[in-house]
Amino acid sequence: MAQVLPAERDLRRVIGDGDGVPDGEVEGLSEQDLLELHRWLVLLRTYDERSVVYHRQGRIGTYAIYWNHEAMQAGSVYALEREDWIFPSYRESAIALLRGMPASTILSWWRGHPAGWWDPRDWNVASICVPIATHVPHAAGLAWGKKLRGERTCAIAYFGDGATSEGSFHEGANFAGVMRAPLVLFCNNNQWAISTPVSAQTAADTLADKAVGYGIPGVRVDGGDVLAVYEATREAVTRARAGGGPTMIEALTYRVAPHATADDPSAYIDPQRVEEEKQHECLGRYEAYLRRLGLLSDEAAEAVRVEAAELMRTGIAEAEAEPPPDPGLVFENAYADPPPSLAADLADLRRILGAPSA
Amino acid sequence: MHWSTNTGVGLVAELTLVEAINDAFHVELGRDANVMVMGEDVGRAGGVFRATAGLLDRFGPERCVDTPLAEAGILGSAVGLCMAGWRPVCEMQYDAFSYPCLDQLITHVGRYRWRTGGAMEFPLVVRMPYGGGVRAPELHDDSPEAYYVHTPGVKVAIPSTPSDAKGLLAAAIRDPDPVVVLEPKLHYRTMRGEVPEGEHVVPLGQARVAREGSDVTLVAYGAMVPLAEQAAEELEGEASAEVLDIRTLKPLDEDALLASAAKTGRVVIVQEAPRTAGYGAELAAILAEKAMLDLQGPVLRVTGYDVPYPYWQLEDAYMPSVERVVDAVRKLLEF
Repeated sequence: MAQVLPAERDLRRVIGDGDGVPDGEVEGLSEQDLLELHRWLVLLRTYDERSVVYHRQGRIGTYAIYWNHEAMQAGSVYALEREDWIFPSYRESAIALLRGMPASTILSWWRGHPAGWWDPRDWNVASICVPIATHVPHAAGLAWGKKLRGERTCAIAYFGDGATSEGSFHEGANFAGVMRAPLVLFCNNNQWAISTPVSAQTAADTLADKAVGYGIPGVRVDGGDVLAVYEATREAVTRARAGGGPTMIEALTYRVAPHATADDPSAYIDPQRVEEEKQHECLGRYEAYLRRLGLLSDEAAEAVRVEAAELMRTGIAEAEAEPPPDPGLVFENAYADPPPSLAADLADLRRILGAPSA
Repeated sequence: MHWSTNTGVGLVAELTLVEAINDAFHVELGRDANVMVMGEDVGRAGGVFRATAGLLDRFGPERCVDTPLAEAGILGSAVGLCMAGWRPVCEMQYDAFSYPCLDQLITHVGRYRWRTGGAMEFPLVVRMPYGGGVRAPELHDDSPEAYYVHTPGVKVAIPSTPSDAKGLLAAAIRDPDPVVVLEPKLHYRTMRGEVPEGEHVVPLGQARVAREGSDVTLVAYGAMVPLAEQAAEELEGEASAEVLDIRTLKPLDEDALLASAAKTGRVVIVQEAPRTAGYGAELAAILAEKAMLDLQGPVLRVTGYDVPYPYWQLEDAYMPSVERVVDAVRKLLEF
């Protein structure tokens, strides 16, 4: 077995600050790639900002905001191939947009409508995991199962800093290490689990340090730097495909929005720190980088925003056009072969509702 | 093992209950290359009860996998294996060691198909030895079926004979839905019976009349079935007791339960697990809802008590016994 080095401590960065820190570049990314990454960031940002508005308008339910997490999502997915599997948590609810899933599907999910169901095989995107870290073993199992079949597919599991305290994270990471499963464990460390700071989650210096215990490489990356995220994920995926097993990536960022629309962070978070962090949000940093390279014009940036806004207008219109779900759906889909009692329950419910029987 | 012909129907073998389970594995892994077995000590050791003996040698380490000691990791990665097209059979080494896997079972295994609008199937099996009476240390004796039965999206079967142990496991492996199979470890090696050779499937959802009777029905499953049969023998000359082996707790063969209740008019439910909110309460509720006018007296339960399973020098006092079942039947006859 390859010797596993201590996890990296320094944050990997590519994007400079336009001042003393120079810009780097990622080998192999064309101008077209750089602009496509920008399009992805804008798409995710627009989805998130519109969703907060839709929530306030009562058009979707409680929503988990991911503002300033877009670079981690876009950068990592850009390093994958279409056949690779994505296991999102609720913080990555819209990540399948990057694979072409209609916005209406995800909006329907947040509207609590069955039109928010999808077949994971259509997008190679697993269902959104609502409990914390319990999808990490799924990603490990999928990656291991694909490897057993001799396929070259990888998997990536997204989870937050709080998730690293969960037993499921440990069991999934350990399984993946033992099975040398082609898996990327992607931790978006936004430093807050609702009101609990990362210092109250672990006594470890860094979350990437945990990788050492699983016998896998651990790296740290600036989570607001889409190019550094891309590069680190590409390296992890390349290693995984070559049979090198899993990698843990700790991407460091800061949660500048509430945990979700139902949360009021004023009770626990320093608003001044939030304002400072907002000045370095990931989309603005990337746009400044592209402008320094002369790759992004005002017109091009506007065109991308218009496209994303239109996609959201269409998405919410389609989601709202979904007819109310039939109560019969309550009894469907849990079993391929349901117990007979469910049919009796449905008949009874229809009788009471006065609806025509199916 | 001794092979003989079964009155011309096919070959049968005289097997212990755990040998029958092992036989089911050999047949089902041989039949379907997507079936794999995973768990703690299932490979090199062949399982602590040897239920998976010989599978590693015959099918290789990719289809008979010694896993890390992590029940949630076993079941959680089995969910992912299903997504990759496998049909994993997960062994939980003991009843009470299965509790860490309940997180995965409740939050994902029973929900994932539903969550995909019925698009994806999760044809996995969780199997484990369960139950007491084996003079074992703490937490090797539990009857956890109620936790599993209560979880939507999951089916549950408990065999009581070697033949059913093979046939129900085969049905579970072939089923498109997640199935939990609890195996009465008390009878793993103490019970022998005729088991059909080769493919043998006992469909889920069908109860079995283990013994015909006309005055009272003893409803049981797993290790309580032979106990109920002994009680029925004890009652001979006093009352004619029918023994109904539920076999599949979910989906329940309600017709068989109601038919037997209608036939005898009296029901005693025998359950090893603690009484409160146990599976027997569900059976009693169904009888109250649907068999009221067939019954000549109250539905009685003989169960474990609402206490932690005792240390083994006390376990005989905890376990339902022939005496307790006979006592319940006498009370009911006098009602």
